[in-house]
Amino acid sequence: MSSRTLPLLFINLGGEMLYILDQRLRAQNIPADKAKKVMNDIITTMFNKKFLEELFKPQELYSKKALRTVFDRLAHASIMRLNQASMDKLYDLMTMAFKYQVLLCPRPKDILLVSFNHMDAIKDFVKDTPTILSQVDETYRQLIEMYTPLSHGEFQLIRQTLLIFFQDMHIRVSIFLKDKVQNSNGRFVLPTSGPVPHGTQVPSLIRIFSCTGEELSRQQFNNGGNYNAALREGSFEIFGDRVTKLGTNMYSVSRPVETHMSGTSKSSAQHTKVNAAPNPLAKEELNLLARLMGGLEVQKPGNTDSGFRVNLFATDEEEEEALISRPDELSYGVINIQATKDLQANAELAKIMGEFTESGDQSPGASSKGDDLLAMMDGL
Amino acid sequence: MYHKEKSIQIKNSASALYNNLGVLRIAPRRLTYFTVVHANVVNMVSASWDGLNYSHRQLQSKEPNVATSTSLIMQAAFCALPSRDLLVVTSQKGIQMYESDGSIMVYWHALDTPETPTEQAVFARGISAAWENYICVGVSSGAILVFDVPSKGSNITLSEVLEEHKESITDMASECSGSQECIANLVTADDGGSLCVWKSGEEFQLLNKIPGFDMSCSSVKLWKGTVVAGYGTGQIRLYEAVTGILHAEVNAHARWIYSLDIAPFSGLLLSAAEDSLVRVWLLTMTPETNSVEVAHLHNECVTDTQICGAKFCDGDGYAFAVTGYDLSEIIRYVQS
Repeated sequence: MSSRTLPLLFINLGGEMLYILDQRLRAQNIPADKAKKVMNDIITTMFNKKFLEELFKPQELYSKKALRTVFDRLAHASIMRLNQASMDKLYDLMTMAFKYQVLLCPRPKDILLVSFNHMDAIKDFVKDTPTILSQVDETYRQLIEMYTPLSHGEFQLIRQTLLIFFQDMHIRVSIFLKDKVQNSNGRFVLPTSGPVPHGTQVPSLIRIFSCTGEELSRQQFNNGGNYNAALREGSFEIFGDRVTKLGTNMYSVSRPVETHMSGTSKSSAQHTKVNAAPNPLAKEELNLLARLMGGLEVQKPGNTDSGFRVNLFATDEEEEEALISRPDELSYGVINIQATKDLQANAELAKIMGEFTESGDQSPGASSKGDDLLAMMDGL
Repeated sequence: MYHKEKSIQIKNSASALYNNLGVLRIAPRRLTYFTVVHANVVNMVSASWDGLNYSHRQLQSKEPNVATSTSLIMQAAFCALPSRDLLVVTSQKGIQMYESDGSIMVYWHALDTPETPTEQAVFARGISAAWENYICVGVSSGAILVFDVPSKGSNITLSEVLEEHKESITDMASECSGSQECIANLVTADDGGSLCVWKSGEEFQLLNKIPGFDMSCSSVKLWKGTVVAGYGTGQIRLYEAVTGILHAEVNAHARWIYSLDIAPFSGLLLSAAEDSLVRVWLLTMTPETNSVEVAHLHNECVTDTQICGAKFCDGDGYAFAVTGYDLSEIIRYVQS
């Protein structure tokens, strides 16, 4: 639908990913210098100029599978490694968090404020590194240039496009359940109380006018909720108070990041069935992906000593268990694409593959980078 | 005033799209058809009035070719003309028209979609029957396509393109009171909140243009010469169609309104929004004084759901049905 959705989706999901990784790095007591390197490497890759150029071009949203590939790549932009189960969990948390934020935005335009909250936090992560800081600032400018002129209707179209992307996702997230913003059936709580959006009046007044425009009568009705007046509007500039808390880091206080795999509704399984198009990763999407990933310059990993693995679960056993027990309908799809065949058909992807197999460095404990990418594509 | 009845389960959940519920009552067969859009699919249910028989069907959006990405559907609505009923489905690629039971596609109109995506999205949205033989469909550019529909068969032709709106069309509606006296028989709305009032015919005539206030009008109805419009601010406004005089303003909802419907025989108005609430109002026209009264009658809260479609199931407003984002059911309410 809206061709301007991808940058917002990417930046907000990326922001959530950074919040989660930051929390896990601290929880696992990774040395500060290594942790900082990971965060910096990921952020500089996220805001790579060529990559952003591709991202901001008008285009349809990618499928969940294609976007997952991009984030897999991003998460491995540094010396940190994640196993499949941890990567799955990371992606679940990221997507449910942003789904929550999109649903709870009082106005569609507030999605931009949520994006700025993520940007503000990212800026804070790299405040000591001027080169990366300037990349972040440049991204602010691009966001402001593209989105501030849009009308409310156009923002609603973006929101509707995002909601189609998040359709039927009801993964239960521990933090959300504890804070009572998500029900045990995985659906988010939508309160009928609190401040109304900026520009909206508290529902209650019916005004009748005469033909000459004078108010003839006014009546109140019972709105069935408990609303109060709107808060002031947040700032849409590079600096400013965003007012909304949506998009700020909810993991700052060290809280476990569990997700519950059970209790997914039947409809999500049905959804997967209906949406399984005959050609799951259409040629068009492969081309787009190639262009996007081509811009994702990945750091060559250092020697095996500096690499380390991050676990999104409390123990290695839990991580293994999670991989085995993940319900089919929640897998990010195992498409039987013959990666080699498709690569030959797609010159761009082949070129990217070529770039990797040249590198002599081996990522710690795994096969070469090229194989990683191939494995990822096969695992799509 | 109303109580909840047994819901109808549908195959997929409803997508967050304006006016995402189509209802067609087939009295001779004691059936009602419902349509709910999910991404690139229209879920159709045929429900017998005795509540015993439900049959399901799914319609896909038409892809020009397999290699391109799927075309998302923006809206599906029934158009009831004197001679026939059609189901119209609008998507990013074009407009499909089916026989009302969804069995046969009788017409396809492709939109001009650019080779590479442009900043301005391309899609069709806003569907209404107009007068005796026209079906009007809106486009993202603001244009309105007028199709001439014969009483039988598939010889549907594009009769006219109306270019008055400058922003994407959101919704449109025809005069539903059945009164022959109303001059205006079509109202169209856009993303800027502008409303255009038309008289249909071989050449459609623009009778009036009511300016917006920089806020999308997502749902619109026309009844007894009165435009009833729902906005993204949660407000409902009633205008006299031909003159543009504002009759009433209601601060109706705390979030973006997604659907309005009117029961033409009783003047009941249904409004539904992202705020989880469906509200029932009563409109009373007093032609002598040229005034309108709006009274609030009832609220229904669909807990934790952003409502995307709400329609009366009959002309009196005895029953209504509701759809919500991520919900795989059509919720029904009946007067107590």
